[in-house]
Amino acid sequence: MALLEVRDLRVAFPRGKSDEVEALRGVDLTLDKGERLGVVGESGAGKSMLAFAILNLIAEPGRVSAGAITFDGENLLDLPDRKVRRIRGNRISMIFQDPMVTLNPVLTIGTQMIETLKAHRRISDRAAHKLSVEKLKLVAIPSAESRMDAYPHELSGGLRQRVVIAIALLTDPEIIIADEPTTALDVTIQAEIMALILRLCRENHVALILITHDLGVVAEVTQRLMIMYAGKCVETGRTREIIDAPKHPYSAGLLKALPQNAERGQRLYQIPGSMPPITALPAGCPYNPRCPRATDICRAEMPPLEGGVACFHPLTAEEEVTA
Amino acid sequence: MITWRGVLRRFLADPVAIGAGVVLLALVLMAALAPLIAPQNPYDLMQLNIMDSEMPPSWRPGGDDRFLLGTDAQGRGVLSTIMYGTGISLVIGIGAVTVSAVLGITLGLLAGYKGGWIDSFLMRLADIQMSLSTLMIAIIALALFQAAFDANIYAEYAIFMLILIIGIAEWPKFARTVRSSVLGEKGKEYVDAARVIGLPARKVMWGHILPNALTPVLVISTIQVAEAIMTEAALSFLGLGMPTDKPSLGSLIRSGFEFVFSGSTWITFYPALVLIALILALNLLGDWMRDVLNPKLRRGED
Repeated sequence: MALLEVRDLRVAFPRGKSDEVEALRGVDLTLDKGERLGVVGESGAGKSMLAFAILNLIAEPGRVSAGAITFDGENLLDLPDRKVRRIRGNRISMIFQDPMVTLNPVLTIGTQMIETLKAHRRISDRAAHKLSVEKLKLVAIPSAESRMDAYPHELSGGLRQRVVIAIALLTDPEIIIADEPTTALDVTIQAEIMALILRLCRENHVALILITHDLGVVAEVTQRLMIMYAGKCVETGRTREIIDAPKHPYSAGLLKALPQNAERGQRLYQIPGSMPPITALPAGCPYNPRCPRATDICRAEMPPLEGGVACFHPLTAEEEVTA
Repeated sequence: MITWRGVLRRFLADPVAIGAGVVLLALVLMAALAPLIAPQNPYDLMQLNIMDSEMPPSWRPGGDDRFLLGTDAQGRGVLSTIMYGTGISLVIGIGAVTVSAVLGITLGLLAGYKGGWIDSFLMRLADIQMSLSTLMIAIIALALFQAAFDANIYAEYAIFMLILIIGIAEWPKFARTVRSSVLGEKGKEYVDAARVIGLPARKVMWGHILPNALTPVLVISTIQVAEAIMTEAALSFLGLGMPTDKPSLGSLIRSGFEFVFSGSTWITFYPALVLIALILALNLLGDWMRDVLNPKLRRGED
């Protein structure tokens, strides 16, 4: 049985008095033990929403309107808040995008780490301190002992993200959700942090959900890939296969937009238009206004997700990536 | 980043702040050490002599060296009563602010973090409370209290009643301030991170949001102490505050007011002077603190 299984997950926000708009419109996802899944899409595709929904932390007035999130045999949506808290931050932890703002500026690193441990375990202050220092060493923070008394503003961005990772690892979670963990960092640090996350996941057999819009990172780190567009999964499958031969025109477009796939001296490719806001989705396939392969049926009906792709006119393997 | 050393440097660079700080420190020391340094204990009836009443300050004709600032109608030295009275005024001011801070911070935190109907309910409650003046609430409550109990019980518990009533009447100011900074902090990612860690709402509120929302509370606390002392003085002046045998600055002003037209102005004048100095020092320090702690008003020095 899969470790985490998400079925037809829908998140809705109220619009006006009686209307609702959906930010996630039925997402399926499975994650096995130790598996690494990439979630890719443009800003606003619902990637972060998916992460928050899994942790049952959708901010008011939004709500999970339908679906099931089964973790280790239990539906997280049915559990009382007290039990969800035992899983959240303990068996499933999260790494956020910007380490400048995810650490509390007025508490020391040590306070924040010890507090996390004490929220989930009966542990003495001294033992919690020792374990925290161990984890700081694990993420290769130099002079870990003395960093325990440091405030977040005394550390560099890269160090801070290492601290955030150390906090995520504190309770030996089974799943780590990393929401664009390197976007806010220096380019030179990005590779280091990504390599660290990959190494830690491999060594400790931790499953990873990596949310990003960087297909290059996904290709290196993940085994399976899910491409999201306007709150839906449009293509899913083995990372290697999607990157080698994308089926959905959107996936193909994203790959073509990578700078390393551009020809020298040519303008970088860009998918025309932008993603529609969730309040004004077009009829049929949400990608149809930007899609070069769109036909009448695309403008009338939503294609179902079949064989890992939600498209009426998927690209065939032989087809040149022109979409 | 605001550090203690930075604050100290800013303090030493500002003559107004130094002045206010020195005045406040002198008054607090004077009040705290009153039993040791006051020439006389105005609470000890054995030391009072009715023959000493209404003496002018010692440098005026008819003055007595024992009473530097003269005496009041009961023969108490004005200087000694000021020393003791300042202490009572300060205790009431600080006590009242403690009460309203505890109440206001708790309710403001709850309103800001929980939102929804809890927020609406608490803030409407605050609106209602704010639409009744503190003085009016205090007058009604104290008048009832005074009528319900006999004078001895009243004299004994007046100080607690004043602290409670003024404290409760002022909670909306703290609640609103805390609520607005909580609303600003709530959206920040460290709050999400704290929730993702699995902390219960109570710990997120008190351990993570409150320390970040505390700066404005610090500023209004100082100014609220001044306000509470003034409220107490006003109540005492109306005869609803501290009884005359345990006078605060306000009751001193009141007890001398009857004699102003007979020429004994010093009984009112000197306590009033001390009250003004105390309030002014607190307000100036509060203003200074607001400037230092508000990053928007800081010039890129530290």
